[in-house]
Amino acid sequence: MREADLVVIGGGPAGMAAAVEAARNGVEKVIILERDHTLGGILPQCIHNGFGLHLFGEELTGPEYADKFIKQVEELNIDVKLNTMVLDITQSRIVTAVNSQDGLIKIKAGAIVLAMGCRERTRGALNIPGTRPSGIYTAGTAQRLVNIEGYMPGKKVVILGSGDIGLIMARRMTLEGAQVKMVCELMPYPGGLNRNIVQCLKDFDIPLRLGHTVVNIHGKARLEGVTIAKVDEKGKAIADTHEFVECDTLLLSVGLIPENEISRDASITIDDVTAGPVVNESAETSVPGIFACGNVVYVHDLVDNVTNNGYIAGRNAARYLKERAGDTVKANANILQVRPGQGVRCVIPQLVHGNCPEDVTLSFRVDGIYRDVMIEAKADNQVIKSVKKRITTPGEMESITLSREMLQSIESGKIEVCLSSLERKGD
Amino acid sequence: MSKNTELTCIVCPLGCKLSVLQGEDDSIIEISGHSCKRGLSYAQTECINPERVITTTVRIRGGQMPLVSVKTDKPIPKTLMMKCMKIINRIEVMVPVKVGDTILENILETGANLVATGNAT
Repeated sequence: MREADLVVIGGGPAGMAAAVEAARNGVEKVIILERDHTLGGILPQCIHNGFGLHLFGEELTGPEYADKFIKQVEELNIDVKLNTMVLDITQSRIVTAVNSQDGLIKIKAGAIVLAMGCRERTRGALNIPGTRPSGIYTAGTAQRLVNIEGYMPGKKVVILGSGDIGLIMARRMTLEGAQVKMVCELMPYPGGLNRNIVQCLKDFDIPLRLGHTVVNIHGKARLEGVTIAKVDEKGKAIADTHEFVECDTLLLSVGLIPENEISRDASITIDDVTAGPVVNESAETSVPGIFACGNVVYVHDLVDNVTNNGYIAGRNAARYLKERAGDTVKANANILQVRPGQGVRCVIPQLVHGNCPEDVTLSFRVDGIYRDVMIEAKADNQVIKSVKKRITTPGEMESITLSREMLQSIESGKIEVCLSSLERKGD
Repeated sequence: MSKNTELTCIVCPLGCKLSVLQGEDDSIIEISGHSCKRGLSYAQTECINPERVITTTVRIRGGQMPLVSVKTDKPIPKTLMMKCMKIINRIEVMVPVKVGDTILENILETGANLVATGNAT
């Protein structure tokens, strides 16, 4: 069996950041296992710009952002195994992987960082009725076909879901000569950023049909059209609002799911709401020595935040390896549970050590559009920190930072993050 | 005849609804709906000279993959986007290509160069 100090599973932005940060913190043998033929994860196909504004102060495209980190991985001599699929990890940190060069590989790791990212929801996850013709793609698959492989998936396009990938693909398909007929969004508000609504749809006069969904799919060999319908407040299609839209391509941009098969198989505790591992402020999962970062934990809005999350995992994996060597791992005393309260869907990390040596930033997603609200962190029946927000939407993660002094003084073992003064709701 | 344009501000998540009143010569008479200075200047640029960076791909020859990603190194007038795409889609370059390589200079006399954003070997 091979041995490594740190095995990083996934070579996207989270995995590269974790590997780089661990190497910089003195970890000697770091291996990245990546199933694709290049590092970068989803970035190489995200050829639009807007990445890196927070981290580098400039607007980079996805491939440029990836390139910066690929160079750092090379400079630090981090071992990278491409075209390599991880099959299994164990609680004793044995990683089993396979590729066509080495065959089956087993690596005994001092620590593991999970950075497998997420996967798109498909037609099957939505249960859209109708026939099963070709021409139905997830937006990310279409993005790969257009931007990497050089194929156009179709000429007349309907997009379901107004998440950012769907909006970006509306523009991309239009620029490449397709006719994008409309973007349908189930919710009464768009899922993607304002900027993408303006620059990807309005710039090209593509209609955005809010409160609409696809209720039927037509065509035998190839998609011939879809039936769309208005939905009521509960998201249920209204019968007499059916409308046929002719198209040869349907793109689905209906959400991402963290990819946690190997985490589940290793009995790592998974959060039902985020579908990612439960983590503490050190990005450590329920299994000591196994860390998780980036979109495998929860779906981030910005790659800059994914990178920062990767740094946390890398730094703490390095610390774990050092402490374990010196046998000074502290008992998990005074663990605080972090819970979502009113108006909040989920909070990350789910666990925080009361005696942690640094300030902790809690990231969370709200469950609707709210204007003029207070974000509050509550513990021991009082508000310990509050921040005023003029607007908060489910499309953009919010955060609140608690100082270590605040954390130390909490006695009840619980922190709740919630919104208060919800007078004006909706849009 | 004056004309009125409705815009959504993209400067921050508030997404203010802006209204711009322009005179016959396109000069701005009044901007309303903004809640900060940045919104005001966004409305001015969007109505007088809207610009966008184009990000797309060009064909490559001799590489492992058929395409390499490119962008204009400066924003170009929005009205020239589709015309630029026609020119870009006719380009074919030989490998190797590195991030930052110039693919085409001064596209459509806009002063912007088309540069590679990806690597190809």
